[in-house]
Amino acid sequence: MIEFLGEVVAWFTDPANWTGVNGIPNRMWEHIQMSVLATTAAAALAIPPAVYLGHRRKGGVIAVAGVNMARAIPSFAIVAISLPFSIRLGLGLGFWPTFIALFFLAVPPFFTNTYTAVAGVDDALVESGRGMGMTQPQVVRRIEIPVASPVILAAARVASVQVIATATLAALVAWGGLGRYIIDGFATQDSVQVFAGGLLVAGLAVVAELGFSAIERWWLPRGLREPSEDIARVAA
Amino acid sequence: MIELEHVSKTFPGQDVAAVGDLTFTIPEGESVVLVGPSGCGKTTTLKMINRLIEPTGGTITVAGRDVAQMEAHELRRGIGYVIQQIGLFPHRTIRDNIATVPKLLGWEKKRIQARVLELTDLVDLSEDMLTRYPSELSGGQRQRVGVARALAADPPVLLMDEPFGAVDPIVRTRLQDELVSLQARLNKTIVLVTHDIDEAIKLGDRVALLNIGGVLEQYAPPEELLRDPANAFVADFLGTDRGIKRLSLVPISQINLDPGPVLPRSAPVAEAREMMRRYQIDWAVVGGDGRIEGWFTENDIAGHDTLDRVHLLPFQTKLAATDSLQQALDAVISSHTAVAAVFDGERYLGMVTSEEISREIIE
Ligand SMILES: Nc1ncnc2c1ncn2[C@@H]1O[C@H](COP(=O)(O)OP(=O)(O)OP(=O)(O)O)[C@@H](O)[C@H]1O
Ligand SMILES: [Mg+2]
Repeated sequence: MIEFLGEVVAWFTDPANWTGVNGIPNRMWEHIQMSVLATTAAAALAIPPAVYLGHRRKGGVIAVAGVNMARAIPSFAIVAISLPFSIRLGLGLGFWPTFIALFFLAVPPFFTNTYTAVAGVDDALVESGRGMGMTQPQVVRRIEIPVASPVILAAARVASVQVIATATLAALVAWGGLGRYIIDGFATQDSVQVFAGGLLVAGLAVVAELGFSAIERWWLPRGLREPSEDIARVAA
Repeated sequence: MIELEHVSKTFPGQDVAAVGDLTFTIPEGESVVLVGPSGCGKTTTLKMINRLIEPTGGTITVAGRDVAQMEAHELRRGIGYVIQQIGLFPHRTIRDNIATVPKLLGWEKKRIQARVLELTDLVDLSEDMLTRYPSELSGGQRQRVGVARALAADPPVLLMDEPFGAVDPIVRTRLQDELVSLQARLNKTIVLVTHDIDEAIKLGDRVALLNIGGVLEQYAPPEELLRDPANAFVADFLGTDRGIKRLSLVPISQINLDPGPVLPRSAPVAEAREMMRRYQIDWAVVGGDGRIEGWFTENDIAGHDTLDRVHLLPFQTKLAATDSLQQALDAVISSHTAVAAVFDGERYLGMVTSEEISREIIE
């Protein structure tokens, strides 16, 4: 075991693993790129309709059910399914099938959390906002989104960690990322490389998790950081 | 002034109207309290004024303008609105909460800043609370912020739906008193909803008592409501103790005062005894010409010929003619003599007796 860990340390300190296309910096960068793109795209596409439906407090339950059904399909299956389409559409191997799979993975947490949080904003807040003369868009921007923002941020955290973990699959369809070490390691029965790849993915996921926690801590106004009594009381 | 004319509201999918056909006028600068049993349409009526609920019939005018003809959000920016749950924005500081409407109206920063400070003072909050968030305030403080926020743009009209419903009775009483004194200074046109008849009596220049379906059973100043309930429903809603409730609203000057067993210093003791017999009491008062010096008992005059040298006791409680009968009752009950002397400044007017007060209760 000690011997194995020694080999892992040796792998990490081998200069060859820090340069070139297959070096850690490049693979890490590819992994981050893919994860950020897929998560951002999912957020951009899922949040607006979720906010709209949440604001209307209507139709969202059906939409949430639909979105959650999609969650039941394994990402691996989505990669497999999207692969032939991607090739047929001329989008090729690698990037697109992975991107599509990760996108579908990230949509449900964004949509469900956003819808639930916005629809769940205390009626008293909306009523007092409207009663003071806010227009509907002002109610959305000044009350519903800010009040829902902790839950939306939590969705971003969950989605990115899932996406980072799953982006490893990209290597299966001939794209880069940290998954390369794992997949290639399996192929060549190089367990040190598999282990090192796993460590890197886990490390990145942890960094993402910590990053979002920090954002939640520093960026959210104090009044939203803990569920206020007000909200708790009305909810009770 | 707010005028409701044949206003009705039937919610979609319901066959009975929440408010059937309601007509009444809320005079400028007065506070009107809507009171009635749960579900009688108080909230519905209130929300039709600022169009949070659209009436299905009739017209509502505020300061002569038909509200249906105005942009809803513009109408609302000119009407203060306070609800039971207060609805302070948890993500905004107290300062920003209070500044909500001025910001919507696009006031300059400086003006908003000054106004927030003015309101903080008005509702008796301390300035260091301005940087806090709603979750960091007590229930009573939040309620004050709610009132400050509603008053921020100095709207002529204030709508309040059970504003003190969620705070404990002690805080409630204090907030009610504060609202009364605030209103004495601001003279807003206030429409306040409550289901607490005592609150209605305390806060309303007029009380509108509603029955299920928004039926206006009586619309009158509280004193009139209690003295002369229009029908059995009203009497029942006011409760059997309505006579006693009314005492707090009637000034002593409204009832007959007894001149009291008052004798001059020079009066012979025999005359004092005669006076006591007539009144069926064992004490009398020395005074005359709108002044009284004090009182003495039958025991004090033993051995005297006249009242000249008799030792007098001062009156413990002095009432003013403007005091309420409730205060008078309090004084009468707690005084040794079972009466209380009433003064207009220094001038003695007469005695309140428990008989006169009960006559007023029974009336
Ligand atoms: N949005 C709505 N949809 C359907 N019915 C409603 C709605 N709002 C109120 N109602 C009904 O209209 C009637 C009057 O309701 P309203 O809220 O005005 O009563 P209230 O006098 O304020 O009662 P409470 O003292 O309990 O607050 C009730 O029967 C209520 O169920
Ligand atoms: Mg109500």
